[in-house]
Amino acid sequence: MAKVRGAIVVDIEKCKGCGVCVVACPASVIELSPNVNSKGYHYAEPVNHDACTGCTNCAVVCPDGVISVYRIKN
Amino acid sequence: MADNISIEEIIKPENLVYAKTGVMTDNITSYCPGCGHGTTHRIIAEIIEEMGIQSETIGVAPVGCSVLMYNFMDIDIQQAAHGRAPAVATAIKRLLPEKFVFTYQGDGDLAAIGTAETIHACNRGENILIVFINNGIYGMTGGQMAPTTLEGMKSSTSPYGRDVAMMGNPLKMTDIVATLPGTYYVTRQSVHKPGNVRKSKKAIRKALEYQKLNKGTCFIEIVSNCPSGWKMEPVESNEWMEKNMFPFYPLGDLKVPAE
Repeated sequence: MAKVRGAIVVDIEKCKGCGVCVVACPASVIELSPNVNSKGYHYAEPVNHDACTGCTNCAVVCPDGVISVYRIKN
Repeated sequence: MADNISIEEIIKPENLVYAKTGVMTDNITSYCPGCGHGTTHRIIAEIIEEMGIQSETIGVAPVGCSVLMYNFMDIDIQQAAHGRAPAVATAIKRLLPEKFVFTYQGDGDLAAIGTAETIHACNRGENILIVFINNGIYGMTGGQMAPTTLEGMKSSTSPYGRDVAMMGNPLKMTDIVATLPGTYYVTRQSVHKPGNVRKSKKAIRKALEYQKLNKGTCFIEIVSNCPSGWKMEPVESNEWMEKNMFPFYPLGDLKVPAE
């Protein structure tokens, strides 16, 4: 059976750490990093890579458009 | 099931399914973290890209947080005096009828100082799109009470909550313009969840397509948040909006064209 795998890339410097993507992700892939970017924001980062299906929900809801989504069918 | 595909194998240009549209510039938006303005900008830009109308679209941004829109969207944008965006958009559309013209206004702009311009532009049925961001507050100037502030809602000029006996009732602009014969398509949406973003995007696209057919004024309200003005975390402000704003400003179409 084909399994869909996804991955996201966050533009860390442009992320403002609002966390809207964290609650929008149905697979709990994203968390806010304990580290900060140069503006002091705790940026979003994917922690649970394997669960990502590339559904684009995080990117669709991101107010700053900092998330790119990749998807393949395995 | 064995699954040994590495992240590097997924992150390749040919697998890209979503990235920021080129109609948005690379500038970092001046909006606060979690603000619905950024999302709304992005979906408008995405529609412009999908319809291939980047050089045929003219936006009008008046005063408020949206004042710097020209820094973030790579299209022609005209500044307007406070509240006067529908009047400026009227002039642009009448002189350049083949262009797609939209205004992008907040509630402090559209529902207060710009009430007259808004109502008359809608009543004349000007062939423009009005995007109305309603967060119930004057966001840019420090969270003062706006005409759209909910009853009992705290703001910097109503610290004990809006008292209707003294300050009047919140104004439902979208309901008002829906009653005017000049409007063709009037809807109220939000951008706080992925499903809502997709619905809003569809609504804006529909409005621009109606504009191409010279159907009349399309009016889209986006009920949005103001984390800084409301003194809340972004996610908390979205939850507060669902609980308090949506009962008074219910989402959905107010006026749809008869097919």
